[in-house]
Amino acid sequence: MTPQARMLLWSAIRHIVLLAGALVMLTPFIWMVSTASKPQTEIFSSDLHLIPYHFALWDNLRIAFAKADLWRYLLNGLIVTTSIFGLQVLVALPAAYALAKLRFLGRDVLFALVVFCILIPPQATAIPVFLLLHKLGVLDSYAALVLPFTISVFGIFLMRQFFKTVPDDLIDAARMDGISEFGIVWRVMLPTAIPAVTAFGIFSVVAHWNDYFWPLIVLNSEHLQTPPLAVAHFRNNEAGTNYGPLMAAAMVIIAPLVIAFLFAQRRFIEGITLTGIK
Amino acid sequence: MSDAATALQGMAMAPRVPARVFAGFRRAGRSQAAYALAAPAFMLMLLMLIGPLAGVIALSFTDYQLGAPAFSWIGLSNYREMFADRVFWISLKNTLTYVAIVVPGAVALGLGVALLIQSGAGLKSWYRTVYFLPVMATLIAMAIVWEFMLHPQFGLVNGLLRAAGLQGHSWLQDRGTALYSLCVIGIWQATGFNMVLFLAGLVSIPKHLYDAAEIDGAEGAWSRFRLVTWPMLGPVTLFVVAISAIRSFQVFDTVQVLTKGGPSKSSEVLIYTMYTEGFEFFRSGYGAAVTVVFLAFVLLLTVLKSALGNREVHYA
Repeated sequence: MTPQARMLLWSAIRHIVLLAGALVMLTPFIWMVSTASKPQTEIFSSDLHLIPYHFALWDNLRIAFAKADLWRYLLNGLIVTTSIFGLQVLVALPAAYALAKLRFLGRDVLFALVVFCILIPPQATAIPVFLLLHKLGVLDSYAALVLPFTISVFGIFLMRQFFKTVPDDLIDAARMDGISEFGIVWRVMLPTAIPAVTAFGIFSVVAHWNDYFWPLIVLNSEHLQTPPLAVAHFRNNEAGTNYGPLMAAAMVIIAPLVIAFLFAQRRFIEGITLTGIK
Repeated sequence: MSDAATALQGMAMAPRVPARVFAGFRRAGRSQAAYALAAPAFMLMLLMLIGPLAGVIALSFTDYQLGAPAFSWIGLSNYREMFADRVFWISLKNTLTYVAIVVPGAVALGLGVALLIQSGAGLKSWYRTVYFLPVMATLIAMAIVWEFMLHPQFGLVNGLLRAAGLQGHSWLQDRGTALYSLCVIGIWQATGFNMVLFLAGLVSIPKHLYDAAEIDGAEGAWSRFRLVTWPMLGPVTLFVVAISAIRSFQVFDTVQVLTKGGPSKSSEVLIYTMYTEGFEFFRSGYGAAVTVVFLAFVLLLTVLKSALGNREVHYA
């Protein structure tokens, strides 16, 4: 076989294997859209077909939105994820700046604590944090969803590493201009750190949009439900009778992140795999 | 950046007189500022992480139940009860089984996909996007899709099996297959994540090593992989294994929504046990003891990961 032929053969094998794998990866998504587009009678039939004979996606979406206040849940998701991210930045950036650029007694201890706290898995602190929120009387509220996550030790660590690379001259110059240390964080450090903050933002928003464990524990009221909780609730209510609208609801819940991901894949992949680097 | 530019300009124009006398004074002020800047983060860390961590360990030695007016220290009773409980051992065994299946599966597939993607030029970013999609999509929503795909009567999986002349199965309702079905979902979800980590590792292998291997007579894809890629990827692989193991230990979402640990405890896992004890029966003390066991496993893996993560890569 000539080298060219071998290259061609290898390339063909590569594509065949990867396409087969890609099909497996995509099957749940394809089947979700397909089922969401079928009327009840086609879903409950043993005749398997991908393209519905009767296109019922709009009907199923209408039923899903009528049975569950999906707009409300999407809004809840937006409120919770943006509040968490906003507060995380507000808390983490000043601390990261102090750890990276200021000298003070106890700095190394504080940094060691940050590194230690990164090791704590979120489920491990669930019971005491739940009891704390119970004592504060804020269970079953937005505060219960947001408060425990206002501190992101990983965010502090990440931003501190980034700030380390910012030249001291820049900070000294700002001080000469009479900018306070607090002002330096927001007017000098933040603008230089936009790429790192963006990556962290994607990491944070995706994690909390998709989180099921914590909302499940602290929420009771239906109107506060976040998207994952809402879709699980929808499923429990319909208990295997209404798959079309259920799949339509699942589509709506995953749509915002998936669409954002398709538009900015590189940034998303970078942001989500940040956990791998920590 | 414009702020920085003006700041630099300001420095150039500032008179170079600022007296040395004020330097010490200013430094003291700066250290006060540092405390003010770090204080909110420090307080929240104590309140939401370190305090609760100490709390969960302390709680595990009490008989506290949510809403009870009082509690007492009962020493190791929770642990004694736990170690005598059949459900705890089933739960631990299932968790370890889940980890033992999902980790090799997702790591091997992630590596395979990464190698295949990297070995050619066509459709690279398209493949990467597709394989990463399950990582992005809300797991709960996709778990519900999987549930319907695994539906005994109208599911896609059994439909395809029947079309191929094979017997269908009640995947999630059968105690013999429930846990393994969850493992498949776990692998489906984790493969793309591992793939991206491997891709990053592959890109960082210096190209001249392949050239050198070729000069030394390493021909063909397999010897290039054996002599260069695999040794260079070693640290990354150990790292990916540790991360996958930590993530698999935390399995909860699919269990809670699809099987509730059943049928007859066949898919009960540690975090689910903790959830039912701590948040359904409100036995905070006992739930805390289960958490401590989980924590021990995860911390062990994390320490292992950090040790590996810090290890230098040798290019010799």
